[in-house]
Amino acid sequence: MSRANRSVEELYGEAKGGRRLALGRLLTMVERGGVDAESIGELANPDVGKAHIVGITGAPGAGKSTLTGQLVALLTVAGRRPAVLAVDPSSPLTGGAILGDRIRMDDIGGGSSSSESAAGAGSARPETAFIRSMATRGHSGGLALAVPLAVRLFDAMGYDPVIIETVGVGQVEVDVVGAADTAVVVVTPGMGDAVQANKAGLLEVADVFVVNKADRPGANDVRRDLELMLDLSHVTGQEEVGGHRPPIVMSTALDGTGADSVWAAVEEHLLFLNDSGRRLDRRHHRIRTEIRALMEQALGRRIDDAMNSTMGIDLVAQVEDGSRSPTAASAQLLDRLLGPQ
Amino acid sequence: MTDQPPPLRIVLAKLGLDGHDRGLKVVARILRDAGMEVIYLGLRQTTDSIVAAAEQEDADAIGLSMHNAGHMTLGPNMVKALADADLPIPVIIGGIVPDEDVAPLLEAGVAAVLGPGASAEEVANTVRNAVSAAV
Repeated sequence: MSRANRSVEELYGEAKGGRRLALGRLLTMVERGGVDAESIGELANPDVGKAHIVGITGAPGAGKSTLTGQLVALLTVAGRRPAVLAVDPSSPLTGGAILGDRIRMDDIGGGSSSSESAAGAGSARPETAFIRSMATRGHSGGLALAVPLAVRLFDAMGYDPVIIETVGVGQVEVDVVGAADTAVVVVTPGMGDAVQANKAGLLEVADVFVVNKADRPGANDVRRDLELMLDLSHVTGQEEVGGHRPPIVMSTALDGTGADSVWAAVEEHLLFLNDSGRRLDRRHHRIRTEIRALMEQALGRRIDDAMNSTMGIDLVAQVEDGSRSPTAASAQLLDRLLGPQ
Repeated sequence: MTDQPPPLRIVLAKLGLDGHDRGLKVVARILRDAGMEVIYLGLRQTTDSIVAAAEQEDADAIGLSMHNAGHMTLGPNMVKALADADLPIPVIIGGIVPDEDVAPLLEAGVAAVLGPGASAEEVANTVRNAVSAAV
């Protein structure tokens, strides 16, 4: 059976040679984490650093996937090789997930359009975009590791740009998109007024704003609210920190209107990053975040072990019977784990 | 906790010209609630587009919903397309399939056929069993 165990090195070589199935399997290993994921990180390391990493985020239903689909269609026509990592939430109850982003990206994942099938039937499918859906699998720490590694893997395989699409809820999702070279935040009419726009979080990480569903009533109000918010960022000095006023692009992703302007704004931001040297800052930040996440995961495992050790079980019992405080118990376990601080 | 098996990844699609996707959406919910990750492709897929998605998503199985009487052609085509791509994962067909067509479909390599009366539990178990039989 062809699912037989090929080594990580063999799969990496096949993927590098353009075999989608091998890359798909490597991405599964990345998602699962552990030793295989670590080897993939080592293999990819010499090959990374070229791709433009673009985060696309926004509320559910804002049109992220549809817009991503339009962008990928533009990019493939322009001869680029985009990869998409579409992150969707897992059910906290069952661990299952419905990953429905691909349905909005019809005709771009390879072999889908009828003209393509006619031209390249069977084995000679043209190498086009690579789309991978990823479920959050209930542990945000896992996502914090799997997403950067998947991005590095796409980068190492020569995909450029690498687009990460995620619902803008939760700190990890914001971090993931904020760590991209270019963060695109998609907003729509009818999602609230300027007060909502001023709530901290997603809007602060935006390098490009997209007002999607621009054919609907209220789109210009959204634009105005965003402009006002950005004007205020200038007053508060936030703009100085960023050094770049995020453009606001109107789009109607359903029919593709404005997708070219969105991509132009993304490219312009990349130019700004390169010219100002800020791309290195982003990379620096991304690398720090990734190393930190790896350390947190490794420490988390050791903490689990400590909790399950005889000492951990004893300490929990002592807190339960009131002879010790949780703070004292945790300090004692930490001393055991890391040595006295 | 950390050692539980990773969720099965199932690609669901309507193959060919067939607009009835209500049932497939129900199946998507059933499989999600059974702890699986469903990659939902929706309407008007081709064998090529399904193979491409299955490769990129590293799917464990394909679920096809058929209400267009094309199952005798498209079902075996799907099995063959996956085999050609060196990705012989199980294909499960659900929808309207006359009883007398079931045996020939299984003969052609389709892993299982689910009819309109199938319970949620039966759907989830059929997928699980098809995947474990294939590994």
